[in-house]
Amino acid sequence: MELLTNILAATVVAGTPLLLVALGELICERSGVLNLGQEGMMLMGAVAGFVAALTTGSLVVGVAAAILAGVGMSLLFAFMAVTLAANQYAAGLALTIFGTGLSAFVGAGFVGEPIDGFTRVAIPVLSDIPVIGRVLFNQDPLVYLSLIAFAAVAVFLRHTRGGLLLRAVGEDPEAANANGLKVLVVRYLAVAFGGGMAGLGGAYLSLAYTPLWTENMTAGRGWIALALVVFATWRPERVVLGAYLFGAASILHLVLQGLGWNSSTELLAMLPYVVTILMLVLLSWNPARTRLNTPLSLGQPYRPGR
Amino acid sequence: MLLLERRSVDSSIMRWASPVLALVLTVVTGFILFLVMGKDPVAGLTFFFITPVSDLIGLAELGLKMAPLLLCAAGLTVCYRARVWNIGAEGHFLMGALGASIVSVQLVDASGFWVLPVVLIAGVLAGMLWAAIAAGLKTHLHCNEILTTIMLNYIALNLLLYAVHGPLKDPYGFGFPQSVMFGEASLLPALIPGTRLHLGLAFGLLAAVAVWVLFARTFIGFQLNVVGQDRRAAAFAGFGARRLTWFAFMVGGATAGLAGASEVTGPIGQLVPQVSPGYGYTAIIVVFLGRMHAMGIIAASALLALTFMGGEILQIAMNMPRAITGLFQGLLLFYLLTCDAFIHYRIRLKQPVRKSTPRAAAAANQEA
Repeated sequence: MELLTNILAATVVAGTPLLLVALGELICERSGVLNLGQEGMMLMGAVAGFVAALTTGSLVVGVAAAILAGVGMSLLFAFMAVTLAANQYAAGLALTIFGTGLSAFVGAGFVGEPIDGFTRVAIPVLSDIPVIGRVLFNQDPLVYLSLIAFAAVAVFLRHTRGGLLLRAVGEDPEAANANGLKVLVVRYLAVAFGGGMAGLGGAYLSLAYTPLWTENMTAGRGWIALALVVFATWRPERVVLGAYLFGAASILHLVLQGLGWNSSTELLAMLPYVVTILMLVLLSWNPARTRLNTPLSLGQPYRPGR
Repeated sequence: MLLLERRSVDSSIMRWASPVLALVLTVVTGFILFLVMGKDPVAGLTFFFITPVSDLIGLAELGLKMAPLLLCAAGLTVCYRARVWNIGAEGHFLMGALGASIVSVQLVDASGFWVLPVVLIAGVLAGMLWAAIAAGLKTHLHCNEILTTIMLNYIALNLLLYAVHGPLKDPYGFGFPQSVMFGEASLLPALIPGTRLHLGLAFGLLAAVAVWVLFARTFIGFQLNVVGQDRRAAAFAGFGARRLTWFAFMVGGATAGLAGASEVTGPIGQLVPQVSPGYGYTAIIVVFLGRMHAMGIIAASALLALTFMGGEILQIAMNMPRAITGLFQGLLLFYLLTCDAFIHYRIRLKQPVRKSTPRAAAAANQEA
């Protein structure tokens, strides 16, 4: 039981950065914009958060800086993909390549510096519940923030006017425009939200998960988060489920080694990526179902007044 | 106010001016960056763009780094023309290096002219195998190729790391994660004696020529273009999208696999963990910058090879982080895509909206 609780708690921690990024990308894709730059925005968030926290000594400032960095990066993307109606695939790739380079450049002087990251804060009463208390309510503040973000996104999408407008823009920008909606403004906001969340997800890595900065420390998590949104068929509840599933896959090698399974670290490190591919296979083999769930205008630039 | 207006015809001048403009903007940004960091911008840019290629050794090194970029880019050009978003050149490259190394390690003591071709073919096949996974996932299981190829890149990297830490590790290598040095017979001959430049560059140039022939002279090249530009039209014409997707992936896998094989049998001579500084990813920039055209990607691969060398020189000469290479590459692609928007659009000053008067409306009616 003790072991299981530990594993579950570690799963939540490993799944949190994915959850944060995927929730942001979910909103972004629901507006019809596919931002492949998650990896770049995460890396910028991670480095900005780390450098800010290290120089000011405040983790809160670090988190704020990470969000700002993510938003800033996403606005670059929005300028290309929304304003200039560039190919979203190419623009997203450009953002990832640019973010990878810029983060390595900014962080070059900070590699190996130690920092005191976020620590666990037990929520009174709730954390005394057996198993669940330890797993969900004895974590660091950013885990709680990710759960709040999930609830907010779910309610926003389903039960608010804003969510309806967002979905309308994503499904049919022409019709939304005809109804007087400012399609480009909605898309800018959605992209910026996605950027902020990706920055936050990056900060989770450099301020809580492994409190340090190394080049390319996201190790493909931005891409896994993108796959996660497909896996979740653009629904927030399934994003949570998927994030923790991928979290479990990424700590599986630690669990197996803990159980005395002597296998190579490198082979086990492939697991999250293999799982991602398997999930994609499972979810995409029926193209009709994929089409049914995908926001209709996803990936297509919109120019008003054509 | 400024307004973006669609051109009636795409600007062909802008299509080729855009990469030049992007380079200029990147250099200007670099200038400002050096100023902000308190370094001499003229010296910095000279170190980055000119010093690396100021002598024969430098030019040979440029060719050395061009080879993998050009090979990968040639394959990706075929993919991107057909709108197959293969981001997996890095993975094909790593598998090519791994496949060639596995065979080469078995043939350390062998001699004869057949050894090198066998080793290179092993690399090509390994790259194609890796591309085939993504191709099958796309054509038969409808998986998005961007995500699968990225994941396959990470898997390939871990496979390679596993190999150098495990089965391929040199038992007398003082614990370093690397293979034994390859035998003489499986090393690529030098192109210019006395330099490290090897036959890989010739492979790259040949691949670029092959791409030109493919698209200018063959039916399958035409089919690839059509499928890329209008999938419906291609379907009506009876061009099998599935077959073309496979073709594009196979070419992409073969060229990048050859690039990986050339890298381990050329300058390195053994399998090491850092066999690629990201050639497969940089090749994506090469393709876009080179306008998916044979001549274009040759020029673009030279420029991007230069960014790798410039970063190294700046690190030594001005104590700048080597990551400046990635920063320049990212900036270049970013500016390129921004400039590319003006192929299709132009900037107009927004006309003030004129109120329609009864007379104007009547005149308009008469004209109609």
